[in-house]
Amino acid sequence: MSLLDVRDLSVVFQRKGERPFTAVDEVSFSVEPGQTVGLVGESGCGKSVTSLAIMGLLPKRGNKVTGEVNFDGADLLKLRPEDLRDRRGRDIGMIFQDPLSSLNPVIPIGTQVAEVLERHRGMDRKVALKEARELLDAVGIPDPTRRLKEYPHQISGGMRQRALIAIALACKPRLLIADEPTTALDVTIQAQILTLLKQLVDETGTALIMITHDLGVVAGLCDTVNVLYGGKIVERAARHDLFARPRHPYTHGLLNSVPRLDSPRGERLHAIRGSVADNIPWAEGCAFAPRCDNVVDACLDGPPPLEPTANGGDLRCNNPVSEEVAVP
Amino acid sequence: MLRVIVRRLLQLVVTLIGLSALVFVWLRNLPGGPIEALLGERATPERRALLVKALGYDQPILVQYAKFMQRLVTGDFGNSIRSGDPVTEVIGRAFPATVELAAAAMIIAIGLGVPLGYLAARHRGRLLDNLSIGGTLLGISIPIFFLGYLLKDVFTQNMHLFPPSGRISTGMDNTDVTGFFVLDGLLTREFDATGDALWHLILPAVTLATIPLAVVVRITRASVLDVLNEDFVRTAEAKGLRHKTIRGRHILRNALLPVVTTIGLQTGALLSGAVLTERVYNWGGLGTLIYDSISGGRDYPVLQALILLAALVFVVVNLLVDLSYAFIDPRVRVR
Repeated sequence: MSLLDVRDLSVVFQRKGERPFTAVDEVSFSVEPGQTVGLVGESGCGKSVTSLAIMGLLPKRGNKVTGEVNFDGADLLKLRPEDLRDRRGRDIGMIFQDPLSSLNPVIPIGTQVAEVLERHRGMDRKVALKEARELLDAVGIPDPTRRLKEYPHQISGGMRQRALIAIALACKPRLLIADEPTTALDVTIQAQILTLLKQLVDETGTALIMITHDLGVVAGLCDTVNVLYGGKIVERAARHDLFARPRHPYTHGLLNSVPRLDSPRGERLHAIRGSVADNIPWAEGCAFAPRCDNVVDACLDGPPPLEPTANGGDLRCNNPVSEEVAVP
Repeated sequence: MLRVIVRRLLQLVVTLIGLSALVFVWLRNLPGGPIEALLGERATPERRALLVKALGYDQPILVQYAKFMQRLVTGDFGNSIRSGDPVTEVIGRAFPATVELAAAAMIIAIGLGVPLGYLAARHRGRLLDNLSIGGTLLGISIPIFFLGYLLKDVFTQNMHLFPPSGRISTGMDNTDVTGFFVLDGLLTREFDATGDALWHLILPAVTLATIPLAVVVRITRASVLDVLNEDFVRTAEAKGLRHKTIRGRHILRNALLPVVTTIGLQTGALLSGAVLTERVYNWGGLGTLIYDSISGGRDYPVLQALILLAALVFVVVNLLVDLSYAFIDPRVRVR
């Protein structure tokens, strides 16, 4: 059985006097124990909302979440809030994008790590702080004893993200959700954090959902990749297949737009034309159709179904990129 | 930290000296004065001249000010013109009454205001929030003297729940230790006196508390709303922490800074509210003293000392507020 099985998850935002907006549209995917799964897409494709919906962290009002989030034999969406609260931080950890704003500015780092241990593992403050020191050490924070008493503004961005990772992994969760964990960091620090995540995930056997817009992150980390567009999964493939033979024109465009060091000087960068603002509603056709080079009549004739591919993935496209077309 | 405190106290001294000069000149240029008040309007010029000379008001104002400052250094504020008692004694009698009233008002304002503001923010846009917005608007706009007489009328005249005026029942045999009647009762184990003093305290304190209460609710609500949108609150939720922990450690602790500032300013401003409240409830404190010293013939020495005292209280309270920042927010700690 999968560790996490998301079935037809939809999130509709509904504000008074405004048209409802479907941020996540019948998304299904699963995560096996110890596996690393990528959710990839550009801003606004619904990847963060998906993760917040899994954690039950969406605002209580103004949205409607449907579908199933089966984790460890229970549907998280149906759990009582207190029961979900017991699981958050214990069974599922989460790392956020901006490490400075994600840490409480007026509480020492040590307390912020210790409180999750006190909550879920019943430790008293003293024992928890000792454990917190070990955790900070394990995520590569130098001089952890001193850091325990320091505040977020006193340590570097990379260390803050390491502290957040320590918090998320403190109770040895079986699933870790990382929502763009490197976006706010310097490039050199990004690599360190990714290496650390990979190492910790390998050591602890924690499954990881990696949410990112950065294909480089996916290439280095993920076993399976789900590409989201306009709230729907448009392509799912094993990492190797996705990079070698992207089938959806959107995935293809994404890979194509990664600048390469070995391309001839003066060559223009590739970009997917248009922007998310050009999307059409899925009910009317493929949301990507207005930006797609492969568009055919059928694309404007209702949403294309998500269909299995020959190499075990899934694809939502009427006219996929031919398997022979290699990425330059 | 110590250097900050010392620097602020030195600033305070400079402020007070400047203020004393201003007040000195300003008071003596007000129409009316102690001479008229003491002798009446039909006194002969000779008698007036005699009194003016006796009080030293015939000398140039600079000389008067110099003499005033000279005595001030030794802690001598002169004598009240009205009663002849030393100013320090007159103020010393009234001071505890007002502090007791102000403290009770602030306890009400903070004790009710912070939880109410938090709840309003948490129920944003719903009934409780709308009630708090309406209620605070009313609290800020209603004139204190009107509210005072209204409460007095309803609760003493009609319902006979509270005493109409004074700090303690006549005939209550209480021992005066500190001048704070509630505290005195506890210290001397005269609990009936404490009860009686509290009973007298409730209506005036509620009256005086309305404005600070409304302001504290508003500021707490706005501040909590800001913090609720912060990423670290989401992190705290993602940790699965209990409501209690998230509320206290993560939301309120961060939302408190603007609230503390407000509390400081409101405490400093309480004296102006106390003048009206004390009049309504015949509360023998500084407010009454200010009123009597102005209306009863410009009691210059008492007024000077009162204004300087008010400034002193204001500055000290705000110094305490600034210092408390350091405890609440490590980012403003002086390194």
